[in-house]
Amino acid sequence: MDIVVTVKMVPDLVEELEVNAEGTDLDRSVVKLRINEFDEHALEQALLLKNQHGARVTVVALDSGEVDETLFTCLAKGADRAVKVMGDFQGGVSTHTAAAVLAQVLGGIPHELILAGVQAADDRDGQLAVLLGSALRLPHVSVVTGVEPSGDKAVTVRQEYSGGVVGELEVDLPAVLGIQAAPQTPRYAPVSKVRQMMKTAKLETIEAPAVEVGAGSIVTSLARPEAAGRAEIIEGAPEEVAARLYAILADRGLLKR
Amino acid sequence: MSADIAVVVEHLEGVLAEVSFEMLAKGRELAAAGGGMLWAVLIGHGVTRLAGELGAADGVAVVEQEALAHYTPEAYEKAAAAALQALAPRVALVASSSMGLDQAAGLSGTLGWPLCAYCKDVALTDGALTAVSQIYGGKLLATAEVPGEHAICAMLPGAAAAAAGRKSGTPPVREIPPPALDGLRVRFKRLIQPEGGDVDITREGILVSVGRGIGSQDNIAVVKELAEALGGAVSSSRPIVDQGWLPKTRQVGKSGLSVKPKLYLAVGISGAPEHIEGMRGAELIVAINTDPGAPIFDVAHYGVVSDLFDVIPALTEKVKSRA
Ligand SMILES: Cc1cc2nc3c(=O)[nH]c(=O)nc-3n(C[C@H](O)[C@H](O)[C@H](O)COP(=O)(O)OP(=O)(O)OC[C@H]3O[C@@H](n4cnc5c(N)ncnc54)[C@H](O)[C@@H]3O)c2cc1C
Repeated sequence: MDIVVTVKMVPDLVEELEVNAEGTDLDRSVVKLRINEFDEHALEQALLLKNQHGARVTVVALDSGEVDETLFTCLAKGADRAVKVMGDFQGGVSTHTAAAVLAQVLGGIPHELILAGVQAADDRDGQLAVLLGSALRLPHVSVVTGVEPSGDKAVTVRQEYSGGVVGELEVDLPAVLGIQAAPQTPRYAPVSKVRQMMKTAKLETIEAPAVEVGAGSIVTSLARPEAAGRAEIIEGAPEEVAARLYAILADRGLLKR
Repeated sequence: MSADIAVVVEHLEGVLAEVSFEMLAKGRELAAAGGGMLWAVLIGHGVTRLAGELGAADGVAVVEQEALAHYTPEAYEKAAAAALQALAPRVALVASSSMGLDQAAGLSGTLGWPLCAYCKDVALTDGALTAVSQIYGGKLLATAEVPGEHAICAMLPGAAAAAAGRKSGTPPVREIPPPALDGLRVRFKRLIQPEGGDVDITREGILVSVGRGIGSQDNIAVVKELAEALGGAVSSSRPIVDQGWLPKTRQVGKSGLSVKPKLYLAVGISGAPEHIEGMRGAELIVAINTDPGAPIFDVAHYGVVSDLFDVIPALTEKVKSRA
């Protein structure tokens, strides 16, 4: 089976997010990008299928941030091919645009199963797996937590609904799946192995096709939520904080006896 | 250009989702602002009886077909597309939920209507549509202008009060001819119900809830000790369950359980929208997190910006000594 995993670089949420002077976007000059964590689960799911049933795994990413290192890490984890799509993506692109670009790029890459992270921190205009499915006119299923082959031309997937209820669906291939969580924690690639990949492996590059789509809406303001309902912050040494919290709980009758 | 509003109603196993009523409440506001009708779009097989709960709408557009007996992203998207094409609303509201995720973006792709995902708010002013999306894990809000005749907004659960959208009485029903649903490429096999656990976190008065800030499975003992001292139970965010550190029955949030304890102590949890969805109803929320910008502080009543490994043992000690 040929599996394609799309990988996206997103702002690292652990870092402070700075907004630009216009107040309409992140300050892209300081933003630190990392791989979308749900994409790591998509890759893990692909590698599990490869290990258990045999598959060729290709990772594809639009060029932005330190994407080279991310792609080499994917190779170190066990992906067979890494393709970087060259274009003007440093300022961030809408998901509609990314889907349109990738749909064309995938015309030249064999794919029976396409896996993407279920969502990304900045996909304000929708999720990639679904929009890519639409663009390629392929079936799509999101919030997937398990994939198993079902014969040669289909997979059985688990889709999670609220309250922990799970739907089991059979999906004809080719298809696009939005992966929520792989059945196991994404594997880790040691730095030495990534370094070795950087020396021995090559990233393939493809020029991005010209596409004419956008988000369909224009951001006029990007800001922190208003402070209105914010927590009262308790400060002090751990013992002081503990004493204050204890008093609050006691006050509310939350301590037994 | 139509000023009508359509709400794509969500239901599972014959029960309407809470978010459906929230969307009807928001839809009423939008319909009033634009002077249009409010439509509820109901998709399924044998679901017309649910129209009796959709009294907040002016009309219910029903797509009924045997192939829609069980939810599948493909069949439901086709049915919703047929309904939205027939109604041609100014705005279609879809739930920002597991099901809605496939629906909202899928409809945007098929119909070519712009989509604003993760909406906390949507407004129509003199016909102009603005949508406020909660992005970057809940850290930032993006306000956008949405030009054009039609748009889709995916509404986050909790964005509007459900009460205003909950009205009995069956509005006039309009039957939408179902689209061709043969040769479907996604087929329903079965629904798997969650297994019961040792503890029912929805019934606990005190929850000490742990997130990725805990660092390792062994460290969970630290919060467990506090939970025991308080006479409560340990719950968690999703990554803790995904890593197999706690059973699924302890997960709070969108794809876990919704809890309303007297005390919810969020420890090393960032407060992503998907987590907040499951605990915002708690009576008292206390958050401990090293990141002062963590969105959990936007819903917490009290916050402590510090290392959980400093604060939790100190609090456990204090509770144990009852001093
Ligand atoms: C469809 C869908 C459904 C989902 N359903 C759910 C759901 O049901 N429940 C859920 O929780 N998530 C759900 N998620 C995942 C959600 O998007 C987040 O990824 C998740 O909630 C993050 O969990 P977290 O807060 O534990 O981890 P993180 O976001 O990584 O946060 C960890 C926090 O710990 C803090 N921290 C680190 N070290 C320390 C320390 N020593 N002391 C104190 N604080 C520290 C950090 O500052 C950070 O804020 C869902 C996602 C999707 C797409």
